[in-house]
Amino acid sequence: MSKASRDAILRKLRVGASREGDEAQARKAIEARLKGHPRGTVPARGKLDAKKLLDLFVAQAEAVDATVARVAAPGDVPAAVADYLRGENLPPALRMAPDPKLDACAWDTAPMLDISYGKARAEEQVSVTGAFAGIAETGTLMLASGPESPTTLNFLPDTHIVVLRADEMVGAYEDAWDRLRATGRMPRAVNFVSGPSRSGDIEQTLHLGAHGPRRLHVILVEGNG
Amino acid sequence: MSVHNPTSHRFPENARDALKNETLQRGLASAKVGFRVRRSEAAARLPEFETLRDESRDIKNHTLAHIDLYLEAFEKRVTERGGHVHWATDAAEARDAVLAICRAAGAKTVTKGKSMISEEMGLNAFLEENGIEPVETDLGEYIIQLRGETPSHIIAPAFHVLKEQVVETFRENHTQLDPNRVIDEARQLQDEARLVLRKRFLEADVGITGANFLIAETGSTVIVTNEGNGDLTQTLPRIHIVLASLEKVVPTLEDASTILRVLARSATGQEYSSYTTFSTGPRRGEDIDGPHEFHVVLLDNGRTDLIGTEMQEVLRCIRCGACMNHCPVYGVIGGHAYGWVYPGPIGAVLSPSLIGVEEAHHLPNASTFCGRCEAVCPMRIPLPKLMRNLREREFEKGLPPATQRWGLAIWAWLAKRPVPYRLATWLPMRLLALLAGRKGRYSWLPLAGGWTSQRDFPAPQGPSFQALWDRKRGRREASK
Amino acid sequence: MADLGPKPNVALFVTCLVDLFRPSVGFAAVKLLEQAGCEVSVPQGQTCCGQPAYNSGDRANAAEIARRTLPVLAPFDYIVAPSGSCAGMIRKHWPALFANEQEMSKIAIAVAEKTWELTSFLTDVRGMEAVDAEYDGVVAYHDSCSGLRELGVQDQPRKLLESVKGLTVKNLTHGQECCGFGGTFAVKYPDISGRMVSDKADDIEATGADTLLAGDLGCLMNMAGKLKRRGSTVKARHVAEILAGDTDTPPIGEGES
Repeated sequence: MSKASRDAILRKLRVGASREGDEAQARKAIEARLKGHPRGTVPARGKLDAKKLLDLFVAQAEAVDATVARVAAPGDVPAAVADYLRGENLPPALRMAPDPKLDACAWDTAPMLDISYGKARAEEQVSVTGAFAGIAETGTLMLASGPESPTTLNFLPDTHIVVLRADEMVGAYEDAWDRLRATGRMPRAVNFVSGPSRSGDIEQTLHLGAHGPRRLHVILVEGNG
Repeated sequence: MSVHNPTSHRFPENARDALKNETLQRGLASAKVGFRVRRSEAAARLPEFETLRDESRDIKNHTLAHIDLYLEAFEKRVTERGGHVHWATDAAEARDAVLAICRAAGAKTVTKGKSMISEEMGLNAFLEENGIEPVETDLGEYIIQLRGETPSHIIAPAFHVLKEQVVETFRENHTQLDPNRVIDEARQLQDEARLVLRKRFLEADVGITGANFLIAETGSTVIVTNEGNGDLTQTLPRIHIVLASLEKVVPTLEDASTILRVLARSATGQEYSSYTTFSTGPRRGEDIDGPHEFHVVLLDNGRTDLIGTEMQEVLRCIRCGACMNHCPVYGVIGGHAYGWVYPGPIGAVLSPSLIGVEEAHHLPNASTFCGRCEAVCPMRIPLPKLMRNLREREFEKGLPPATQRWGLAIWAWLAKRPVPYRLATWLPMRLLALLAGRKGRYSWLPLAGGWTSQRDFPAPQGPSFQALWDRKRGRREASK
Repeated sequence: MADLGPKPNVALFVTCLVDLFRPSVGFAAVKLLEQAGCEVSVPQGQTCCGQPAYNSGDRANAAEIARRTLPVLAPFDYIVAPSGSCAGMIRKHWPALFANEQEMSKIAIAVAEKTWELTSFLTDVRGMEAVDAEYDGVVAYHDSCSGLRELGVQDQPRKLLESVKGLTVKNLTHGQECCGFGGTFAVKYPDISGRMVSDKADDIEATGADTLLAGDLGCLMNMAGKLKRRGSTVKARHVAEILAGDTDTPPIGEGES
């Protein structure tokens, strides 16, 4: 059924498509576009030097109700996590992505944190993940799935803490795609996350924490320490 | 209203009911203003917004001119990634494809992200008939599913439901809910839904989502949500099914990025929605989560008939809802009156194109051509022009009522003949002026009940301008 | 460029509604155009811009009406209409009616390019900055949709109204909202149109204005008809009447008292 329908649909589309030139030219044109993936207009707001990009990211992320803590070095991350949990009155139990990038953050310096690794399960309250990139233009995190960064950690727990390094910051979505292409693989899931979950479905007033995390906390590591 | 049985042909009656529905009117009055203000503020914050609208339009035009090739490219990439593409010419084929996947998996429960294509397919009723329970997880969709209603807005499906009605619905349906627990506030209602749906997410066998875009370059499907329900839907169950219509395809990640910049801003006035997710195939070898199967059901349902026609431009639509948020007609009658899946200006164009002008002939006529929809459409779809095209099609088919056609024919005959026109208008206008007397208006006029049922009819001043001009000033060109 | 010369020849396209219902608007328009240094003619052979046919799907008749009217208007330097809707029809839609006829298309485009809505012509083309008129009142100005969105008429009438002595302009809260007229829409979907104009009347009354002004007679008849039906004391007039200082005639929908 699907095969016959496929052929019927494609036949009708071919007849209807109003394009110039012959079939071979058309194929060439689309192959070129797919390969070249030209950029459209990229907003000027994200074309900044590295330092200002960080400020823009923080401002934009906070505008969409994320919280951001800026720390100097990876070694400062565990304390920042502990501080955050204390401030929010959350239990010091973390479900952490098995991400080698996170290992740089001397977790043993915060023995009060109860850390387990793996994908998220229903009962977990707080997750900690890395990020593939931060996109300053809208304060957006780009999270790429993989064995070291399971997607469930981004959505199931009530609180999602993301450790983002300054050198992962880019200005625009397109910059992030270029970085991803440079890795040579398209992950199963790429999540762009801008602030915590929200819904305006009841009387069009926005409230945080619909189905995904109620809190999104970004720990921005500005140096290598 | 049922999706299987459109009520678009009853539009005037539906509209009358809507105008009398006080809860609906309360909701409409408060909600529409917020959408408009937020959109205009978001547009103003981005200097490149208008340029991005142009580019978004051009991207879709280019894609539609090569849509067969881009769909083939998309299919190839999906398959390479271990996913499956199912082509469906109509809703029935699409329903069967979904059912076959669910059956093969022995599925009992299906969670669903918001999908207009699912509404177009009438999928929920069909799954239920076949013993599979569909659970809508978008908060608005969940509310109307419990209430046995259909969406009245494409991005705010429960636009028509008041908070007090949600309280009632949850109290009736959530049997475990402690009667003493207070759920009067929107936030409390949201928490209650979160609690109940969390279980459903975890136990579902299949997750079904829609798609905002299909990316030919990578074989990815894209969803945009604020709640995160779509992501839980497509990440937790063993099987992920994406429902998408053909025109959702765009060439590259860059193209999607350009259009995404205008999507949320036009829809909710957000800079970007909370979650935009690009899904590419099922879980990979080393992955520890994600679906084991990835299916894309590609639905035509009449769209191929629009390609290459004057109506093709409607296929640029990215379902942001800006047209209905700014439509003065939608603003007073809401979405259900339109009688099928898509309300507002986009529905007035899409419904007749997909379910026929005979069924939906009222919709393109129910517009004042105020042009606000086109002014805000991020894809610059000339909605009034497309509605006019449909009116022309209806006119050619003789669909307007006889009185209307005859009235128009007589008027047009005169309008083409200036001398008879002046003669024929002289007497009625003089009479109208005379009989109105000192009042200067009519509260009732024969043959003008449509007008005078709502408002007085201002009387003419007396002789026509052209008659007076001839008399007082003389025709300049006649004296030359 | 004809407007650099001392007296451009301007054809007044009076519009069917002004012609039949409210000639005073036509005379006010002539007065304003003459004040703006124009030689004004009212060419014979004009009836209507054809919108009723065009918007009812009767493209053939709309094209025929345009075909017969175009030669009447073509000789003039400018064509001016006291209506954003009719000027918009000539400017934006007549050329589209002849897309498949090269010769007619040329004529239609040429006419379209020199067709203007009255207040926009006075300010944008003739550089008029003030009028010599007085009106003791607070007016709410309604921007008619076609003028606003097809022709960008918004600041022009306000700018001229500011120069009217004794007059204050109030903006509506929902200034971009259609009044519900929409030509045949008002009679085809009376309930919907009725609610729209009722909301508009609420908005007008909430401004506290004593007078409603707009640049399109169709919208004005709709809004005036609703205001009168409710017993409102707000008077409705075409903006040209105020700008020309012609307020001897009763307001729209009112008689000699």
